[in-house]
This record gives sequence, C-alpha cells and structure tokens, in this order.
Amino acid sequence: MKQFDFDVIVVGGGHAGCEAAHASARMGVSTALVTLSEAGIGVMSCNPAIGGLGKGHLVREIDAFDGIMGRIADKAGIQFRLLNRRKGPAVQGPRAQADRRIYQAEMLAATKAQTNLEVVVGEVTDLIVHDGEVGGVVLDTDRRLTASSVILTTGTFLRGVIHIGDRQIAGGRMGERPSNDLANTLASFELPLGRLKTGTPPRLDGRAINWDGLDEQPGDDDPVMFSFLSKGPTARQVSCAITHTNEKTHGIIRANLDRSAMYGGHIEGVGPRYCPSIEDKVVRFADKSSHQIFLEPEGLDDHTIYPNGISTSLPEDIQLEYVRSIVGLESAEILQPGYAIEYDYVDPRALNLDLSLKGRTGLYLAGQINGTTGYEEAAAQGLVAGLNAARRSRRLQPVTFSRSDSYIGVMIDDLTSRGVLEPYRMFTSRAEYRLSLRADNADQRLTQKAIEIGCVNEERQSVFENKMSSMHSGRKKLDNLTVTSRQLVDAGVTISQDGTKRSGFEALAIEAVSWDALMSIDPTLSSIDLAVREQLSKDALYANYIERQQKDIEALRRDEAQTIPEDFDFGSIEGLSNELKTKLGKARPANVAQAARIDGMTPSALMLILSKTRASVVKARVAV
Amino acid sequence: MDTIFALATVPGKSGVAVIRVSGPGAFQSCNAFGFSPPEPRLSALRRLVHKDRGFLDEALVLTFTEGASFTGEYVVEFHVHGSVAIINTVLDCLTEVQGFRPAVAGEFTRRALNNGRLDLTQVEALADLIDAETEMQRKQALKGFTGRLREKSESWRGDLIHALSLLEATIDFADEEVPVDVSDDVERLLTGVLDTMDREISGFGVAERVRSGFEVAIVGPPNAGKSTLLNALAGRDAAITSEIAGTTRDVIEVRMDLGTLPVTFLDTAGLRETTDEIESIGIQRAIQRAKAADLRVFLRGEGEFSDLEPLGHDIVIDGKSDLRSDGQGVSGLTGVGIQKLVEDVKDYLLSYATSAGLVSHERQKEVLVAASRSMSIALDFVRSGPEMYDLGSEELRASIFMLERLVGRVDVEDVLDEVFSSFCIGK
Repeated sequence: MKQFDFDVIVVGGGHAGCEAAHASARMGVSTALVTLSEAGIGVMSCNPAIGGLGKGHLVREIDAFDGIMGRIADKAGIQFRLLNRRKGPAVQGPRAQADRRIYQAEMLAATKAQTNLEVVVGEVTDLIVHDGEVGGVVLDTDRRLTASSVILTTGTFLRGVIHIGDRQIAGGRMGERPSNDLANTLASFELPLGRLKTGTPPRLDGRAINWDGLDEQPGDDDPVMFSFLSKGPTARQVSCAITHTNEKTHGIIRANLDRSAMYGGHIEGVGPRYCPSIEDKVVRFADKSSHQIFLEPEGLDDHTIYPNGISTSLPEDIQLEYVRSIVGLESAEILQPGYAIEYDYVDPRALNLDLSLKGRTGLYLAGQINGTTGYEEAAAQGLVAGLNAARRSRRLQPVTFSRSDSYIGVMIDDLTSRGVLEPYRMFTSRAEYRLSLRADNADQRLTQKAIEIGCVNEERQSVFENKMSSMHSGRKKLDNLTVTSRQLVDAGVTISQDGTKRSGFEALAIEAVSWDALMSIDPTLSSIDLAVREQLSKDALYANYIERQQKDIEALRRDEAQTIPEDFDFGSIEGLSNELKTKLGKARPANVAQAARIDGMTPSALMLILSKTRASVVKARVAV
Repeated sequence: MDTIFALATVPGKSGVAVIRVSGPGAFQSCNAFGFSPPEPRLSALRRLVHKDRGFLDEALVLTFTEGASFTGEYVVEFHVHGSVAIINTVLDCLTEVQGFRPAVAGEFTRRALNNGRLDLTQVEALADLIDAETEMQRKQALKGFTGRLREKSESWRGDLIHALSLLEATIDFADEEVPVDVSDDVERLLTGVLDTMDREISGFGVAERVRSGFEVAIVGPPNAGKSTLLNALAGRDAAITSEIAGTTRDVIEVRMDLGTLPVTFLDTAGLRETTDEIESIGIQRAIQRAKAADLRVFLRGEGEFSDLEPLGHDIVIDGKSDLRSDGQGVSGLTGVGIQKLVEDVKDYLLSYATSAGLVSHERQKEVLVAASRSMSIALDFVRSGPEMYDLGSEELRASIFMLERLVGRVDVEDVLDEVFSSFCIGK
C-alpha cells in the first residue's frame, strides 16, 4: 500500500471545510486542513448569524453526528431565538446572532485541539492526479501533499469577482485573493460549471447609529441551544434593533439603478430569490413603500453593525446616500461597502450521493462550490464529504443520507438529482417528511447511525445513550398505561366521554391532554424527567401523521435502494422518449427514487427504467 | 426504439382503411413503398410500389414529425382502399422493414402517454370516446379527451398551491415581512375548491351512468304485461311471455340507444306475496334491481304489493291497455302508448344526464374524494390559527398530491415559486 502524507486533505477553512476536516478527523484518519491563512478559519463572510428555519435543522443534524458547528455557535451566540415558537415543533428552528470573533477564535481553537487534524497554511494551486485518481494537492510553495482523498471547499473563490457599482475586483471575499489557478485545473477536468451571484450589505459603524427610538428585538427568555450537549449561552446576551427603508430611500435607489452592478448589466450570474438586493426589492415590489432592516451587532467587542435586508451592488457614494435616508442611520458611517460577488459553481448533478465527483475517484466537493448558499448548508455538506472521504481511505462503503431521515438527505438529494438554478438554501417546505424530521429529534434520528460509523466521541455517546434509555423507559410507562375517556374527564380534560380506552402515549397525542392530567391518573409518571416528558409530547403530537407517512417512507427507501449504476446508458432503454433520455443522461440519477423526481418523468417510463436497471420484480409505487 | 405499425381502422371490408406507423423510423416506411416521405401534415396521393410485390395500391399518405403527432413520435398514415388483401399485403411489407414490428393493443396510446401527449384522464376518456355508442357518451368522452378534467384539476391545483404557499411563507419566513395569519385567505381558497370539487364528485354517479348506461326497471304485479312491453321496446322476443302469472323469474336486460342515451331496460318478476321459493327469490331480485335503477316504470295491474313504492319521478301507468275499455295506458301487444312512454323516459333521463360532471371513472372519483377529505381536515386546522399551520399544510400537501395522481406529479419548487412571486422575501 502506498504511503500518503495524509488520509484526507480538506482544501478551505470555511464552514464546509472546518466541518469536513473535523468529521474526517473524528473518524480517526489523519487529516490536513489547507487554508490561505489561519485567520480565515471559521470566518462568517456574510451575516453574523447561524441557524433559522431549515438551517437550524441542519445544525442540529450536524450536531447529532458530533459535528462542531452547533457547539461553536452556542459559544459565540449573543442572541438566541427559536423561530416559530408558537407553531408546532416540526417547524420551529433555532437561530442565534453570533459574535464573529468568538466564533473564529473558538473554531480555530477547536480545530487545533482536534486529534488527527493538522492545519496547513498555503494556497492550493493544483491537484495531484494519477491514472484518473486524485491523490493530493500542490501548494503555491510547490510543496506536494499526498492523500487518498481530497475535499474541495473553495466557496466563492472559483473565479470570484466582486462588484461595487461599475467597479470590479477579482477576489473570493473582500480583501482576499481568488483561486484562479485551481479554477483552471478544475476547468481541465471539464466539469459542468455555472455562474451564480450573491451579495452583502454595507457594514455600518454602530457608534454613529442613533439607537433611540428604534424598535428593539431581544432574544428569547429561555434560549434554545443548537448543540444537544450545550446547557446555556456563555457569552453576554444583547438585542438587535429594527428600522425600515422609506420612500426617500427607494427614490435614491431607483434614480441610480443604472449604476448598480446587477442592473447595469455587469453580472451574468443568477442570484437567490430569497435574498434579493435592495435594488431588487425596490424594483420587484414597487408598491411596497418600506422594507424592514435588522441591525445586527457583529460582536460584543465590535462596533460593526450588519444591516440585514439591504444588500446591494450600488456604488459606495449611493450606498452612503440611501443608508443615511433611513431612520436611525442619518449620520451612519460605512465601514465596508456592500458588494455583489459572482463565482463559479460545479453543477452538483456531477456528484454522487457521498459528494464525490462522478467518475473521478478521490475528489469530493462541499459547500458553495456546489451551488448552495448559507453556512449551515455548507457545513452539512462538509460533514458528508468528511465522513465519506475518511471512509474511502479505509476502503469502506459510502455512508449516505435519505430524504426520509434528514434535511441533509433532502439537500443532497435535491442537489444531485435536480441541480440548482439559484443558490440553494434549505427551507422546511423542501422536506416532505417535515413532521418527522424535526430539530428537536435530530439526535434520536441520527446519532445511533453516527455512533455506528464511529464519528462520535465518548462524551456524546454516553449523553445520547442516557437520554435514549430515559426516553424508552418513559415511553414504556406511557404505553403500559391505559386511560379511559372517563378518567381523562375526571382529570379535567375536555373530551367526549365515549368510553374509548387509550394508551398514555395515544392520550398525549390529543391536544387537550397534558402531562399534569396523566400524572394525576398515574402519579408514578412524575418520575419521568421533565425534558424527557417534553420530548415525548413532541413525538406523540405527530405520531398519527408519522405513522401515515411510514408507508410512503418505506416506498421511498425501496426506491432509493434500487440503485442505478453510475455509467448506466439511459439511451439504451427502448420505449423512453428522447426528451427523457436526454434529461436522465444529464441528471444521471443515483437511484430510482431520484429518477422519479426528474421533471417530466411518467409512471410508465419509470417502470421501463426499473425493469431495465434491475430485472427482478419491483412493485413500483406508482399507482396507475 | 422499435417503430410500430397497425391497422387503425376496423378490420374487414371498408371504403378506406388507415394503417398507422409510429416510431423513429416511421418515415422509412414511405421508402419501402418506393417514394420519399411527403411534406409533414399535408396529404399526398402516392402509388405504393413494393420492390418485390410491385404495385399494391394508390393511397393517401400523411406524415407527422416528432412532437407533432398523436404519439409524439414520427408518424406516417397510409389511407389505402379497405380491402382485406391490400391491408394484409401492406402490413406484410411493413413487417419486413428493419426495426419495424406490429403494435400491441393500446401501444400507440401508451406511447402518447409516455411522451406526455396525453395525461391519464385523457387516456381514460380516449377509451370512452372510441367505445362511445350514443351522442351523450360521445359528448362526455370528448370533454374528458380534450382535457376538461385536467383543466379543472389544474385550476384546483393552482388554488391549492397558492393556499399552501401562503401557509409555507408564514412558516419558512417567520422572521421576514410576511403576514402572520393567513387563515382567511387560505380558507377562501379552500372552500372555493372544496365547493366545486364536491360538486364534481356528486356529478360522478350521473357521468358514470352516461358512460356505462342508464337502467330503467319495469315493475308491477304479475301478468301486468311487463314482458310483452319489454319485447315491444326491444323489437324482438327477449322475454318469454304467457298468460300464466309469474312467468318471469330472473331479471331480463335489453340494452338500447334511446335518442342519445344508452339505456338498459329491465324486465322483472311480477311482484306479489308468494310461497313459491324460486318465485320469491325472483321477486327479491326484482326489488333490488328496481331500487338501484335510475328510473322505474310501474305497470298497474291486478294485485297490491307494498314492498316497492314509486318515487316522485317514477312513471306509473296502466298495463295491457288493449284490454281496457277506455284505452288508457300502454300495451306491448298493440303498441298503444309506447311512443309516449319512451318519450317520458327519455325526457327524464335527459334532464338527469345534464347534471353529469366531468368525473366519470371510479379511479378519478376515489382520488378526488381523498383529496376533498384531506382539504376538509386542512380547513379545520387552518381555521384554528397559525399554531396549527404545520398540520394544515401537511393535509394540504396530501390533497395536492392526490390531484397530481389524477394527472401528473407535485413539485415543491412550484410552491416556492409562488412564495417568491407573492412576497418580498429577504431581509
């Protein structure tokens, strides 16, 4: 066997890179994290916040695999809010404002403390390729590092161009160099590339903001943490403030639209619809006379304010003019102008479900390079790539995620089967099994799997196993308890007294039934820990729906298990329309479930694919 | 892929017969008969000359290109003279062409479905259209074939996706400038869809009758002249008649086209109290079928029987008018009153048939009933306020999925598209 410098090399120290490197190192293989500078590790280049709807779910899932994002975010959190607190637990998402400096410092410290993980400072200019297999990287110092797999997490650095008005600067992030050499190397692989854009708002000096009279947005009274291991916030907690644009702001923007990089025709990349620039908002929603702006502090010892809601690519003088038209910002100073950035991404349909590149063994891609946006989306991909690159170095089968077990599975399936048209962001509405894929049960769903593949340390394993055993014994107590409708009425529950007998768990599914009512019927239930009680309530709430979905999930898993060989020739299927053949050839679905989601797929065409890819009889879930 | 061919018209002797060829190589069929494919969509008169068999026939030839034909593939139609010999020879010649094979039953339609030229409801309607025997059936099938149910379903789906996008916006963009409570808007959309959907579901019974035929039961006491009347209507001796009361034991069916409607008349055992075991079974059967029929014609005669009473629209008339001094009623023997009876039956069934909906297949109805049920539950959740939107959207999603099963499939991107076009997202 060849001797490598490392088992896994991760290129890039952003959110995808850190999570990938840590995941790989946790798996016990020697890992290098190559970054342009140590200061670049864990940088939040956009807004100083982690989590949210869908995104908070991803952070919890990363945490369930003993990942780092949740733990670091908890340490850096200076304002915690559980979004949708009043709605059902399935659609609640934890979110926190993070202190940038604490986040970076904690990430760097955690990275240095992680065993099997070495930080290498340098620019990767090329990949080492032998017989079509990637075997390491070449640094700008001409130093060569060999490894059995390489993970690229280069974010927006691939041919990144920053636009401020009609000014263009080559760069992956403000003040940093773009990785053009690496882009050229990748181009020689003839990967399908596309171009996307995203933007940021100008950063303001908080000392020049008139905070009096602005609405204050405090954090939650009982902060909800990201990590299943965290107990509570450690940093001082602060509030955000809210202000609004007005007609005058919109007038300034409208009058200068032709000077905006996006409207002046300087940008060809496609931007995200859910994160439009202020120019976009003013044009597309012309009838709205005001837009909300959150003034988010970037840190406790930092006077920089991130005005969330006014990302822009207008020239600096116009930025200052419109900012100063906003209440509270009349004498604001801009510390760093807003800008739009355009960058290359690799069509993620070129990837396998383990995020390795199809046909080029040993190379994995994670994060924005795959057309996604967001720290959480990037980190989740990093986790997947890190786990799999490590497994590959040990010659183990890939570990993959399903739409039915995680948001991670939803995202990777979406990316690899449909590709992206705009930067991909997670939403809860993307998950068809949203009621079972909750932020609150991410550990229940995933940590066992994580323990089995060996990426969980002892502390987490014992916390998890204790929790699960309390959950099981609590659930058992509930299942063994039989309550009549009469007993419930006597306990003060408004319910029709129809003589129905229910288990304690079934009773808990009824909205009006509380633990207090059940404990008055069976006092021994009070021995169940409060946190366990709360979690059992959430499980019970959706139990009926989850049971109903179980059939769909089984069908999905069956279809997912019907894998289609990577080199399968769809053109050879008789009876398939040319249009579908073309689409299938392009998407190259990894399994029948992915094929089923291809636009224009018909039940009969799916049957043809099934019969061709696997001769054995499979009962298709298509009901025709 | 194979190129398939088949006789598209009825086998046997006819003025013209159409042979259809479909598939990637369809245009080569022209070369097999010694000419190059005529310009698509224009009819051309050509001599079919085979290299070995010589001159076969003079035919009208039509070609259609890919994407612009019934199947969505290259198609050639040969309109030849409808002689068995010509048809067989042309088919034989086609078999010899490389990559050609005879189509199996329904294969052209299947390819149309595969290529997205028809949706499932259209395929169902196409089968009905081909089977249509009466004017009313033809009209109904045509509604389905031209995609009326699909249009309706698309419009329902549009409203449901809009409703779902409202709910999802409050969920996924909770920290943005979107409304918190959208219950009123969602309720308005859902009740609108529920209303029209339930109307279509209730029109199913009638539409199904137009498709499969109406039933009219002739009932009455023994020896009232029911079987004679049936035979007169049928114009043949379908039922045994005799002077002996209780001759008819089983239910006898005669199917006919009454004006534009497919109607099956049922002759039933005479209704009376009896101790005869077999007759008793016949009477039970008569009552059962009569109750299930769309209309009952009660022939009055001698004897009373209370287990079956006429409903409001049922026709009650004296039988054996030939034996009556006033000549009132109807007589199968002389034909008196039959014309009027037929008109009355027709008038009633026609007015009944106009309430037919677009839903004419059990499968379609079942899907819609399930969708409607989910929507009703969703409506209850939505009415309870934003706290229940997670469950409301779940039910709504289920109902959209049901509608998709009617014609196609659902896509979360559609919901997001709607969200982004309705709200200014992005703080």
